[in-house]
Amino acid sequence: MIVELGHFALVLAALVACIQMIVPMVGAARRWPGWMAVAVPAATAQFVLVAASFAALTYAFVTSDFSLRLVVLNSHTAKPMLYKVSGVWGNHEGSMLLWVLILALFGACAAWFGANLKPSLKARVLAVQASISVAFYAFILATSNPFTRLATPPMNGEDLNPLLQDPGLAFHPPFLYLGYVGLSMAFSFAVAALIEGRVDAAWGRWVRPWTLAAWIFLTIGIGLGSWWAYYELGWGGFWFWDPVENASFMPWLLAAALLHSAIVVEKREALKSWTILLAIMAFGFSLIGTFLVRSGVITSVHAFANDPERGVFILFILAVFMGGALTLFAARAGAMQAKGVFAMISRESALVANNVLLAVSAFVVFVGTIWPLLAELAFGRKLSVGAPFFDAAFTPFIVALTAILPIGAMLPWKRGNLTRTMQPLWGVLALSLAGGALVWVMQTGGSMLAPVGFTLATWVTLGALTDLWSRTGRGGLSGRVRRLRNLPGADWGKTIAHIGLAVTVFGISGLTAWESEDIRVAQIGERFGHAGYEIELRDVLRVPGPNYVATLATMAVWRDGKEVAVLHPEKRVYPVAQMPTTEAGIDNGILRDVYLVIGDPQEGGGYAVRTYIKPFANWIWAGCIIMGLGGIASLSDRRYRVAAGARKRATGVTGVPAE
Amino acid sequence: MKRLILALALLAAWPVFAVTPSEVLDNPALEARARDISKGLRCLVCRNENIDESNAELARDLRVLVRERLVAGDTNEEVVDYVVNRYGEYVLLKPTAQGANLILWIAGPAMLLLAGGMGLAYVRRRGRAEDGTEAGLTREEEARLEDILRE
Repeated sequence: MIVELGHFALVLAALVACIQMIVPMVGAARRWPGWMAVAVPAATAQFVLVAASFAALTYAFVTSDFSLRLVVLNSHTAKPMLYKVSGVWGNHEGSMLLWVLILALFGACAAWFGANLKPSLKARVLAVQASISVAFYAFILATSNPFTRLATPPMNGEDLNPLLQDPGLAFHPPFLYLGYVGLSMAFSFAVAALIEGRVDAAWGRWVRPWTLAAWIFLTIGIGLGSWWAYYELGWGGFWFWDPVENASFMPWLLAAALLHSAIVVEKREALKSWTILLAIMAFGFSLIGTFLVRSGVITSVHAFANDPERGVFILFILAVFMGGALTLFAARAGAMQAKGVFAMISRESALVANNVLLAVSAFVVFVGTIWPLLAELAFGRKLSVGAPFFDAAFTPFIVALTAILPIGAMLPWKRGNLTRTMQPLWGVLALSLAGGALVWVMQTGGSMLAPVGFTLATWVTLGALTDLWSRTGRGGLSGRVRRLRNLPGADWGKTIAHIGLAVTVFGISGLTAWESEDIRVAQIGERFGHAGYEIELRDVLRVPGPNYVATLATMAVWRDGKEVAVLHPEKRVYPVAQMPTTEAGIDNGILRDVYLVIGDPQEGGGYAVRTYIKPFANWIWAGCIIMGLGGIASLSDRRYRVAAGARKRATGVTGVPAE
Repeated sequence: MKRLILALALLAAWPVFAVTPSEVLDNPALEARARDISKGLRCLVCRNENIDESNAELARDLRVLVRERLVAGDTNEEVVDYVVNRYGEYVLLKPTAQGANLILWIAGPAMLLLAGGMGLAYVRRRGRAEDGTEAGLTREEEARLEDILRE
């Protein structure tokens, strides 16, 4: 009964979305306030209905209702409660329901917190947002209904894919979706502005918090996925340039570009049409990501649903929204007159360079991702594009981006002077280069990756701190410290986020350049050395888990004759899904992780054992968290909270404008 | 990230384990070269996974093959050519820069030139707008100027 109510609520939500799509749009065109006002209650109602529908599906999973096809395919009574809940979105149908839930949530948030938006713009934004919802409701109801019942329910389910039964992965999809779908808000704002025919500083200020929120979620979501891969896949890889990872990385790059270009719109009323285009493309890449994942066109295990019908449907949605938005853009973009005037050496120009680099790097990832498909269709060549290509083609962009970042971040608006801006940065640059040289000397041989990574990370970090400090003006130390505390959130956010990027860059280059590995057969009781550590295999036991059987090893890590850690790497076999997984034993540290993996018993006795020393691994995800915190600091800036009213009073903040 | 799912699912019956101790060559220099080559070769039955990380049986065969060729005295290029001759360019994770693949390799730099050029043109246009029309202050700026002057 509850399941049927959920199904019914979903259909109702689709109908409400239809109303929300049409009525406010007509109202805004005809200037009928009553019709425009429909958008707000409709957005609320739509959200409540989808939430009810999602709750009903969750209920079915929690109570293991095996009359539901989806529950049978993805759940089992023995599964822990956390994974019963995360099983709701650990499959195609449920994840699409989560998608529309978040879509409706963002729409409702815009309705609730957009009280200061111009009524016609607000009506149009919510109508465009609803039109995306309508497309996805149609997709769910026509091709992927999660509420399909079975005529003869089985006694038990087939269990969730064991690799997905993990806390990191339980929360990875919701964060990623909050990011993907959050970009729909930027899209809706862009399309609404094109319909209105007006983009001004206030528009930039409205669209930025939404983009920022989406970007924060994407950052955390991608970070979670990478962290999961690191500890779960059994050899400590953190990024594979898999098509599905790329699908989340491209929107992230474009969202980062959009964040920066929206600042130019907000502060200087320039780069308007480019920002609109970027907002459209960022969401477009979210849709492309969905298409890649859901259609299985580009083979990847992420594609749980290799279903051509679904792929064609999403491609159709993509074509309608991108085609429509880009046509509108072509027709209207000419009317967006830039106001701000700026010189070649200026913050504006630096942000243009930032956008060029970010957008082109996203393009490179895109071409690499679809090239196997294109090459096969157009040239009949079956080939692969893997990590070595992306490492070679993408890395230069990050190097260039981080190299210009501290200078661009400190250039003044309108017209700058390179000599003056560089003045406080020369010391930082010298220090970074010296540090890089030191790293190069200390590592005997090896690649340039670590020295370059270290130099750039130091350069960006110290540059960001110099920038922050320079904002406190002149005068005594105490006065400057006091002013430092009173700097706007956006200033702090900028500094923190840039430092986060530096930390991640350093983590990746340090780990890649310096990790070491040892593979051997170890007997129980044997002690062996690797990279200054001694590892002892103490014991191996077979232990039953809630829904798996584990081979659990006890291994001690020694350093300089002292026991540093006792780790328990595991190998699990899930009998229902007939699948083994590895759980690495990791001793986390700031400077290094010791990463142990237990393998199969060997014929001559003993076990295959892998030992990795992973230097600075945790910096990669720490950097993601710091970037996210920077985003939150920026979001907390009161100028965005009072954003909408800011059109008339953009002043009132002392000092140099942030970012 | 979840590429291993299929590989693992296929191999539940024969649990093997990426590079196993028995495969490792005694000569550390040769082994290092083998690892290096393995990272650029795709496991044919897996999804976007190199043979060094893969748990599949076929990947193991390829790893052994690579090591055999190395022990026989082949250079790295000869080993890769040998594998490509047998399995086609599909095994290469880093596509060659030949024929149509040039598009793939040139796309990034070409786009960078194009976008950089457009960006530069835009920036110069914004710079020149100042010289030509000397845009006056906006209303907001005028109001602000008035505020400042009044103080």
